[in-house]
Amino acid sequence: MGESDDIRAMFFEECNDLMEALFEGLKLLEDNTPEPDTVNAVFRAVHSIKGGAGAFKLDDLVSFAHKFETVLDELRADRLSRDDALVQTMLRAADHLAHLVEVSQFDGEINSERGEALLEELDFYVAGEEDEEEVAFEPMTLNFGGIDIEAPSKPTVSVRFQPFEKLYFNGHDPLLLIDALGSQGELSIEIDLDALPALDEYASETPTLTFLLTFTADDPETVVDEVFEFVDGICRLEVVRNDGDDGGDGGSSLEADLSPEPPEQDEPAQANPTEIEQGSKVAAEPSTKAKNIVRNDAVAVQPTLRVELDKVDRLINTVGELIINQAMIAQRIDMLNLPGDGDLESDMADYKLLARELQEGVMSIRAQPVKSLFQRMARITREAGDATGKSVRFVTHGENTEVDKTVIERLADPLTHMIRNAVDHGLEDREGRLAAGKPETGQISLSASHKSGNVMIEVVDDGAGLNRDRILDIAINKGLVSRDSDLTDPEIDMLLFLPGFSTNDEVSELSGRGVGMDVVKTAVQALGGRISINSTPGNGTKFSIVLPLTLAVMDGIVISVAGETMIVPITAVVETLRPKESEVFRMGVDQDLLMIRGEYVPIVDVRKKLGLADSQDQQEQLVLVLVESVDHSRCALCVDAIHDQRQVVIKAVGGNYGEIPGVSAATILGNGRIALILDTDHLTKVETISPPLPSNSKQDVKVAHA
Amino acid sequence: MLDTEGNRREGGLECVSFTVCGQVYCLNIMMIREIRRWASVTTLPHADAHVLGVINLRGNVIPVFDLAVHFGLGRTEPGPRNVVIIADVEGATSGLLVESVSEILTVDPIDIQDPPRFEKDGHSSLIEGVISVGEEMAQLIDLRHLSHARGDAAA
Repeated sequence: MGESDDIRAMFFEECNDLMEALFEGLKLLEDNTPEPDTVNAVFRAVHSIKGGAGAFKLDDLVSFAHKFETVLDELRADRLSRDDALVQTMLRAADHLAHLVEVSQFDGEINSERGEALLEELDFYVAGEEDEEEVAFEPMTLNFGGIDIEAPSKPTVSVRFQPFEKLYFNGHDPLLLIDALGSQGELSIEIDLDALPALDEYASETPTLTFLLTFTADDPETVVDEVFEFVDGICRLEVVRNDGDDGGDGGSSLEADLSPEPPEQDEPAQANPTEIEQGSKVAAEPSTKAKNIVRNDAVAVQPTLRVELDKVDRLINTVGELIINQAMIAQRIDMLNLPGDGDLESDMADYKLLARELQEGVMSIRAQPVKSLFQRMARITREAGDATGKSVRFVTHGENTEVDKTVIERLADPLTHMIRNAVDHGLEDREGRLAAGKPETGQISLSASHKSGNVMIEVVDDGAGLNRDRILDIAINKGLVSRDSDLTDPEIDMLLFLPGFSTNDEVSELSGRGVGMDVVKTAVQALGGRISINSTPGNGTKFSIVLPLTLAVMDGIVISVAGETMIVPITAVVETLRPKESEVFRMGVDQDLLMIRGEYVPIVDVRKKLGLADSQDQQEQLVLVLVESVDHSRCALCVDAIHDQRQVVIKAVGGNYGEIPGVSAATILGNGRIALILDTDHLTKVETISPPLPSNSKQDVKVAHA
Repeated sequence: MLDTEGNRREGGLECVSFTVCGQVYCLNIMMIREIRRWASVTTLPHADAHVLGVINLRGNVIPVFDLAVHFGLGRTEPGPRNVVIIADVEGATSGLLVESVSEILTVDPIDIQDPPRFEKDGHSSLIEGVISVGEEMAQLIDLRHLSHARGDAAA
């Protein structure tokens, strides 16, 4: 039971990889830049999914994959030629296949309507072709049976097929493989019983049988390659062409094999030695040729190792501890006030370097290319395009950008939402686009790149841009902003992220699900990232997400407030400064403003904001950290002192305690104590925009009045 | 009422007894992960009075609660003599600052009396029962209510 669950899980994991390969191949086909092996790779992916699904009796999946595979087979055999409509159908079929895999994995409900429609579409390609083929083929098959003279003109190969233990273990059946071969040409089989051990040495787990196949067909090597494609590496396969290069030997065995139905048990002793000899002798050259073909696609892929995520995480944690420990030791040594030229110091520097390197290495294990995520988004785009009747081109850049696995996983939902939004609200409909002088097909582009230690993800559409008047109207009607508030364009754009905001009055099937962009923002923030909007009327909208490379470490500025050490994430910090008295102005009762380069920026007293106000002593000179929040509004945090900038290991505080307003996480300092990492966006939240939500925690309200 | 914990040993329940502001309390030993000496905490913003702050327990951030404040007995003045009991409650780990830990008791479940019910008494919800220990009365704490009690205290 447990084991079969394991195998099932392994199957679905494999499915993910296969789907990735499938979409990758289809994308190449879509761009019409197929490589020689593309169609084969696509076919293989579908075929493998079908095979695995069959083992688990996932009938829906099998039957759909089968149909899909048939079409691909036609394409592979050049009986069907690539055209855009076909590629689109295949993309949708792949989407549906992914859907079926998901349903099988998580027990969802099958979208059978779409499935049937697609089956029909696929049928159109196969049915048309198949009928023709069959008509064309019928007489030829008759010819085969009747006339022997045809046979010698066809090349024959001897195949020596020795399954390894793994082949059986993986659930392959030699009989099925041999049957498959037999269905595509003339085949005779012998079994090499020499390797059979005596009964007392017999180990049931270790396969000993070797099959000696003689196969005649138009292009026997290719057929053999195809049939044994999936057992490559888990069996010994030697393919030797019998005619042509070494005439005598091959000819004789050919003759022998062609003699009708040689009874297997009768001849082995005689036939085997020659076969084996020949096999081993010639194996060197032709098999290298055969292997080269197989290698081609293997070379590109680096060998990988599947490791449980848990193990990696434990390692990362331990390395995180090591970093902290290293910092602690360094601090202890510092306090000893040893003479400055000691070896200890340089050794410590090495230690630090090594620890850092180790950490980076471990972190990179978790990093994965965003490709799979982007492929999923391509699917979402197609679905959204279908649902809205808009024609959409989906373009991606930087799919090989590596990001932490968790980040990728947790980005899926917000990105899905953003893409749906972009298709549904961002792009105009066909008429609108034509009227605006744009091409009929809208474009959504998704890109990822590394930018100064962060990951930048952008979703760009070439639609109409944000309708700011409408946004403002809605926000006012919903009571999210006051009627007389005078907001700048970026501020209006940021209203989209307010909870309970949805621009579409009519709830569309696609994006009106009661969740708005605020969910996106929350998800991005939960990842330690920031999101911003850049919209040009008439030219489209760009959403940019900036994310930390990993969730485990970040750079921060070490400050102290009310006797506590705290960290301000460096991503938010613009600069640190000690303002002159003439640069600080008082507004109202207790609001201070900082004048910096012609701009008035509110000063936020972190101590008060966090409710730590216990000491009254006013500092002589203000120490300010100028921060910029995701909505580009600036704010100066007033702190007691600024100490250092360093990399800190992020520890969640929520697990054992619960969310703390104004604090995003914690870290452990060199002295073993905990320092809180400030959530600058929360601290600097501009009160006029903050929505009057009753559900918000009491602290918020308290702070607002403080 | 206790057998859900799977902690009966030879019919007895093992508890660690400790004092908070002169009163004796005890806690199921199965919930206790370790007992540490007091170390200074990092104060949390907007925290309730009974939340002292967070400490670093081998890389984990653990909140520490002052049981005395929780029971309305004033504050425990943290000092080197005090100890922090690290307890696991429904998957979350937290620390409890107490005055001192006394001993390990084996209690027959029959000897646990239900606590007397007082009307509208918030803190008694944390008390699962009372036990006689020699001349003393020990109050058995059910930490599962600590998180709810936190909400009560905030209100």
